[in-house]
Amino acid sequence: MKITLNNNQEIFKQESLTVRELLKVKNFTFKMLVIKINGRLVNKTDYETAQIHEGDEVHVLHLISGG
Amino acid sequence: MLTFEEIKERLSRKRVGIAGCGGLGSNCAVALARVGTGTLVISDFDIVTESNLNRQYYFRDQIGQKKTLALTVNILRINPFINVIPHDLKITPANISGLFAGCDVIVEAFDRSEEKEMLIETVLTELPSIPLIVGLGMAGWGMNDSIHCRRIDNLYICGDEQTEIGPDMPPIAPRVGMVSNMQANVALEILLAKS
Repeated sequence: MKITLNNNQEIFKQESLTVRELLKVKNFTFKMLVIKINGRLVNKTDYETAQIHEGDEVHVLHLISGG
Repeated sequence: MLTFEEIKERLSRKRVGIAGCGGLGSNCAVALARVGTGTLVISDFDIVTESNLNRQYYFRDQIGQKKTLALTVNILRINPFINVIPHDLKITPANISGLFAGCDVIVEAFDRSEEKEMLIETVLTELPSIPLIVGLGMAGWGMNDSIHCRRIDNLYICGDEQTEIGPDMPPIAPRVGMVSNMQANVALEILLAKS
């Protein structure tokens, strides 16, 4: 499938991925994240079930400390 | 384009919520106060300590005071013609809506990533129509070009998105000031476009 991830076009061999699978494939290891699929916030409790499909727009925001 | 008098007039009807009164929050609040933002809702549970003075908008003789009280005093010394609504409390998912509903813009100004995540999740869920401006990555010094601003829907991100604070990477005045003023600048862009 082809998706837009953080404003970049990316191609994955899988036809769909859960959020948890996407994080693993991309090696996104940050603990503190905000994830949106097509403008909708994905709750942390839904990372195992929320599906990403062809054409989806996904944002993964890494939160780092400092302020 | 607008004259400064027109800017002040438009901003006088606006309300901005600021979550946290540390390096980001205190400097952002002062910038918004100087240009005449009508109401600032500020919130923090902490007190001013000596280690805050390397970046936060407090004075040595305010060490030991509540940050919300000290910041209110400092803002009103600069601009006594705006309203400051201080909340001396710890922000939690349960009180965010009550604190910031009715604001035209919310500024995220926390220190720890856990708190940033909590605020973003709660605002996107409970107050999705209010623009949220977060500060992300400003530790260290130099590297001017790494600081940027980008937008995801109603979420605005200011910072380098890279430098996490640590013993060898402290948050200090220049870059914290840059990001906090960038947050204030984004807030103005939103506030002046809406009216």
